[in-house]
Amino acid sequence: MIEIQEITKSFGDKPVLRGVDLKIDTGESIVIIGRSGCGKSVLLKHLIGLISPDSGRILIDDEDITSMRDSDLYRVRHKFGVLFQSSALFDSMTVRENVCLGLDEHTTKSGEEKMVIAKDKLAMVGLSDVEDLKPAELSGGMKKRVGLARAIAMDPQYVLYDEPTTGLDPIMADIINELIIRLNEQLDVTTIVVTHDMVSAYKVADRIVMLHRGVIMFDGTPAEIKNTDNKVVRQFIEGRAEGPIKPVPIGGISLRGDRSG
Amino acid sequence: MITIGFNSLPIVLLVGTFTGAVSVWQTNYQIEGYVPVRFLGLTTFKAVVIELGPVLTALMLAGRVGASIAAELGTMKVTEQIDALESLAINSVRYLAVPRFFATVFMMPILVIFANMIAILGAWLVAILFLGISTQIFFSEIPHFFHVHDVMSGLLKALFFGGAIALVGCYIGFETRGGAEGVGKATIRSFVLSAVLILVIDYILATMLF
Ligand SMILES: Nc1ncnc2c1ncn2[C@@H]1O[C@H](COP(=O)(O)OP(=O)(O)O)[C@@H](O)[C@H]1O
Ligand SMILES: [Mg+2]
Repeated sequence: MIEIQEITKSFGDKPVLRGVDLKIDTGESIVIIGRSGCGKSVLLKHLIGLISPDSGRILIDDEDITSMRDSDLYRVRHKFGVLFQSSALFDSMTVRENVCLGLDEHTTKSGEEKMVIAKDKLAMVGLSDVEDLKPAELSGGMKKRVGLARAIAMDPQYVLYDEPTTGLDPIMADIINELIIRLNEQLDVTTIVVTHDMVSAYKVADRIVMLHRGVIMFDGTPAEIKNTDNKVVRQFIEGRAEGPIKPVPIGGISLRGDRSG
Repeated sequence: MITIGFNSLPIVLLVGTFTGAVSVWQTNYQIEGYVPVRFLGLTTFKAVVIELGPVLTALMLAGRVGASIAAELGTMKVTEQIDALESLAINSVRYLAVPRFFATVFMMPILVIFANMIAILGAWLVAILFLGISTQIFFSEIPHFFHVHDVMSGLLKALFFGGAIALVGCYIGFETRGGAEGVGKATIRSFVLSAVLILVIDYILATMLF
């Protein structure tokens, strides 16, 4: 179980998280939605201690990672697998080396055992015969899947997805959604997805929360969010320019005028 | 990593040759009439091993190795590869910075030795071909005033310069933000900062060693 308690985080004088409270139960599949730049990735990175909060606590299975020694933090990170927004494959390594890196560093498994694991995890994400390719030779969807195979290589308890469908065509996006669901069931993991893709959110979520202006402003099931009266949430899930959410001004000029109508 | 260093060998040798050639010419001009010409080889030799070899090699490597470390780590940073390493419970500093640090520190003195040798070769060639000084006279005073201390302190400087180049490259790489543009800036900043540091360290070590 993950408990995020009142975390705040600013970069310079720009507050990004202003007191986020969230409890994530083991085994559930939770989707965190929010506008681009609202702090979804920042929140996700807090969960594995890549960013430390200015205040507040984060408990991973009752252990507070915000006040932990580095060695303990690395131990806790073994519980996590992360699929990054840009896949973040190591571009100097082959697909197999990417998938096996965690095993190389943390286990004493033989080369052969690792080959089998890599093949197995790649098969789980629907890939075969790509082990010797370099990331530059893969399409966007394949990169995501290799990133996912790497994330689950060490059998994590929690799998984090940062915008897993962004930048993919709708068919590939759906393949990824199916994968998220299947891994959640097959591997018995807790799934945390961050996205602004509502199709994906409705499909994979047991529960959807919305991050807005640095706080969780909605928390409910997909059915509940579809029927909410909250104007901000409605505007977001329906994808309208008009509403209480004001487009971010760029260079002092509001985009509002251009987008409305 | 080591490859980057040894790929720098041709440019280091080129710079070394001209360093030797120019310094012997300049020294000859400056001492002409005041100091016996048999001291020309010695003066050039000392200038090269103590100062010119280490500093110029380090400046070359700040451009080649330091900037390439900053660009590589900076790219890994902005493409979340460093976050990905950390998420795999791998300490990114230990995994990425430490080997680069040791490789650079290890390779610097070796390159400086090459640079010194070729610089002295260049100086000697200029002396015999253009300054009309015989080989015998050029090298005559070197055995009498050769101090191991001079060569060693040059190589010690090289170690420090290598360390500074790697630390700056890694630090700036890890701190990179802002996509491709950020990587470009990181590359430049790494070069400028390590070049300045090299000169400052050179001064500090000079006051301590001599
Ligand atoms: N390391 C950082 N330094 C400074 N600002 C940051 C950093 N990381 C994120 N931010 C800022 O925090 C805000 C939220 O970013 P992010 O979490 O990436 O948004 P998103 O919801 O699109 O994932 C953005 O305005 C971004 O510029
Ligand atoms: Mg993001």
